[in-house]
Amino acid sequence: MELYELTAHNLHELLRKREVSSLEITESVFKRIEAVENSVHCYMTLMKDIALEKARIADKIIRNNNNFNPLTGIPIAIKDNMCIEGTLTTCSSKILRNFIPPYDATVIGKLKEVNAVFVGKTNMDEFAMGSSTENSGFFTTLNPWDLERIPGGSSGGSAASVAADESIMALGSDTGGSIRQPASLCGVVGMKPTYGRVSRYGLVAFASSLDQIGPLCKDVTDSALLMNVICGYDKCDSTSLNYPVPDFTKVLGKEIKGLRIGYPKECFIKGINKDVKESIEAGLKKLESLGAKILEITLPHTEYAVAVYYIIATAEASSNLARYDGAQYGYRNAEADNIVEMYSKSRAEGFGKEVKRRIMLGTYVLSAGYFDAYYLKALKVRTLIKNDFDKAFEKCDVIVTPVSPTAAFKVGEKMQDPLQMYLSDIFTISINLAGIPGLSIPCGFTGNNLPIGMQLLAKPLDEEKIFQVAYAFEQATDYHKKKPVID
Amino acid sequence: MEFEPVIGLEVHSELSTDSKIFCGCSTKFGAEPNTQMCPVCMGLPGVLPVLNKKALEYSVRIALALNCQITEFTGFDRKNYYYPDLPKNYQISQQYNCLGRNGYVKINVNGVEKKIGINNVHLEEDAGKLLHPEIPGADYSLVDLNRTGVPLIEIVSEPDMRGLDEMMAYMVTLKNLLQYIEVSDCKMQEGSLRFEINVSIRPKGSKELGKKVEIKNLNSMKIAMKSAEYEINRQSKILAKGSEVEQETRLWDDEKFVTKAMRSKEESKDYRYFPEPDLVTIHITKEWQEEIRRNLPELQLAKKERFAQQYQIPEYDAEVITQNKANAVFYEQVVESCGNPKEASNWMMKEVFKYLDKEDVEDPNFILKPGQLANLIIEIDKHIVTRNMAKEIFDTMVETGKDPKEIIREQGLVQITDENQIREVARKIIQANPGPVKDYKGGKEKSLGFLVGQIMKETKGKANPELVNKILKDELAK
Repeated sequence: MELYELTAHNLHELLRKREVSSLEITESVFKRIEAVENSVHCYMTLMKDIALEKARIADKIIRNNNNFNPLTGIPIAIKDNMCIEGTLTTCSSKILRNFIPPYDATVIGKLKEVNAVFVGKTNMDEFAMGSSTENSGFFTTLNPWDLERIPGGSSGGSAASVAADESIMALGSDTGGSIRQPASLCGVVGMKPTYGRVSRYGLVAFASSLDQIGPLCKDVTDSALLMNVICGYDKCDSTSLNYPVPDFTKVLGKEIKGLRIGYPKECFIKGINKDVKESIEAGLKKLESLGAKILEITLPHTEYAVAVYYIIATAEASSNLARYDGAQYGYRNAEADNIVEMYSKSRAEGFGKEVKRRIMLGTYVLSAGYFDAYYLKALKVRTLIKNDFDKAFEKCDVIVTPVSPTAAFKVGEKMQDPLQMYLSDIFTISINLAGIPGLSIPCGFTGNNLPIGMQLLAKPLDEEKIFQVAYAFEQATDYHKKKPVID
Repeated sequence: MEFEPVIGLEVHSELSTDSKIFCGCSTKFGAEPNTQMCPVCMGLPGVLPVLNKKALEYSVRIALALNCQITEFTGFDRKNYYYPDLPKNYQISQQYNCLGRNGYVKINVNGVEKKIGINNVHLEEDAGKLLHPEIPGADYSLVDLNRTGVPLIEIVSEPDMRGLDEMMAYMVTLKNLLQYIEVSDCKMQEGSLRFEINVSIRPKGSKELGKKVEIKNLNSMKIAMKSAEYEINRQSKILAKGSEVEQETRLWDDEKFVTKAMRSKEESKDYRYFPEPDLVTIHITKEWQEEIRRNLPELQLAKKERFAQQYQIPEYDAEVITQNKANAVFYEQVVESCGNPKEASNWMMKEVFKYLDKEDVEDPNFILKPGQLANLIIEIDKHIVTRNMAKEIFDTMVETGKDPKEIIREQGLVQITDENQIREVARKIIQANPGPVKDYKGGKEKSLGFLVGQIMKETKGKANPELVNKILKDELAK
């Protein structure tokens, strides 16, 4: 087996036993990148020189220490909406195509502290707006399992890089499903932590009350290791939670006998792919066989989730993206004659269609005369959606749902009708609205060998339950061991 | 038909915290452009605001001093608009849950007290500065972001003022109050205190409000008064003709002395206010409010009464000295050093205020140091110099910055209290002025003054006046 095929926890063992070096691991990953990147197109920016340098530093630390963090020397890919000082951070948008941040995001600082190795910045839907990575301002990333299909979005580059072994692990961001959905479509593990668990400082904002950074990894153990590093209170983020971070690996291996698992009846929707439906049902059966109790629950306001999301998220985005005006940084139209022209032309030319669509939508729902009917109303329904989960978690410990109604679709298939694209978020979106944690774990394949993911949800701050159930499921199945064959 | 003006004010005051409202950058005035900024106040992608607790504390202080109801659960809202001095193209401000509401301030106009209502007090971030080059045809403007993020408190009054006097009294009262509670240095020339006025007029006796005009670009209280006066006249003329006043924003033109409609005829701006998702609700607990209230610096009224009582000075003097905090602080420092509050009060009211007026400054420290005045008073009390001599020494102190003792020594200004010396001079003057002496002996009191004057002239003003009087009378009686 090549080094690039292994998990972080495998590699950590090898590093501890001094059987390999971080340099060797990093070079192996870059060899893989050279072989398949031209087919998959995960990366906006590759950081090879910096990576090799960091690998050498990691090796020095490993040589001089017997105890070092499991992520030391491990190559990790970073979604291109997280600021790394001195490295291009574009959010896959033309309007930031030349933006080099002068500061590190908090999570980047934490990864630097444990001497992880940055492979590069991954492609995404522009400003995290999308579910397929087709909205990238530059190119589309392809699904390693079928190069004619999309990897999901908006963290498509990160998910594909892990699936294709072009990184050992990756960071993504999730606002309405942008970690979980691509994880599901690419057959990797992806988690959105409780809102406030991971600092948003340095994450380019899309929707402030919904965004969270989270891991995309080859298995549950790697996800727990990455969560251990990135979680924690940050005084630079006023929405950061000041709660202790447990060692998430401690629950891995605990049996799930007696745990109550709820399955919302609202998930039986029309339009869900037959293979997806069957995989979820099989997954539930598997969990039952491991001792969990399955019961039906209800989340009555599920049908409003997509509408509520597209009002709140676009409203916040319309304001968060106002700063991209060509004045101080980023793309500026050079021919503009006056300030208003500079603003409007720079933004018209720098932003892609979907971004513009959402900015206009968000501006509209906040405007005088419509604020009460749309934005205020959406905030109220958001509370109802959150209450649904609070009530449900009185009856169960973990909720299971599908992640996406379909497996990966073909490039271009949903681009004609934005609404079609929006509706594919139906299972993931209410999780962001409620602020609870959620994880996608591989649970099957379609008839044409496309990955299917199962979503596990828990109460706020209860990621441990999710990890406990996810690990038990993973160890009882083989899905996490399968890898795509990339021509 | 008689019209009455209806005036409301919006006052912006920069809080005197060391750092900005949402980041740790310095708020110091006068730095080189773009040297006091960081990713947060520059609005770079990915940054987040963190509230400066001191700014919040100062704001609560202000709201309490203005008798407002404190909103126990307060929060911030985004005010969205595009402008190059606003890097995020939104301002973090308060709209829905302003931290202070329904307050009032008492003003005094010609002895009549009146309450001016305060609609709300809220906290927000300041914007940067734009510099437009004076070169004709220049196709650029410069942006200085040092000021973005400086904490700003906005005080919105009710339209309770009915004339220019009341408006002036309100501005002065508010400014003194802010300085008294030590939340702002209120330097209009540095932009740490800014006024915007809303003026409308209506038939006298009417209860309805007329169309209001907002006036901006007022750099001093004088200009605020001038523009209000101009605007009242302009609107009166319009109404007298039977036309309607247009509700708009106008700018004061300080060269033509008129208000002008703003060039761009924009529709009323829709700021699309919504709760700031990057900041959480703030709970201003009752305990914290009480603590802040207890620790409020002594306000003007209390200080005035204390001065009158503690220093035994007339109430009128106490009122004038405590008019502004800098004076009051200066006075107490002088008293502390010289121990003669009555004398100190006299010198404040006469000489110090004379100079403050002349130099058009507020703070006596610009004129001289409290130590200088205190030492002068000590020399008077020790009978080293007379009051008259002291007046001249005062002028020299102000001019040179020297300590009175030094001036006295340099100019040999010690008072003459040697009775023999005075007697000698008195005899000399009596001898040299037989006429006036005869007049005095004949009953003309005025001639005494003349003779005293001559003695003072002879002694270059240094002879102690009381002794001169006593000894002269004595000699004349012989």
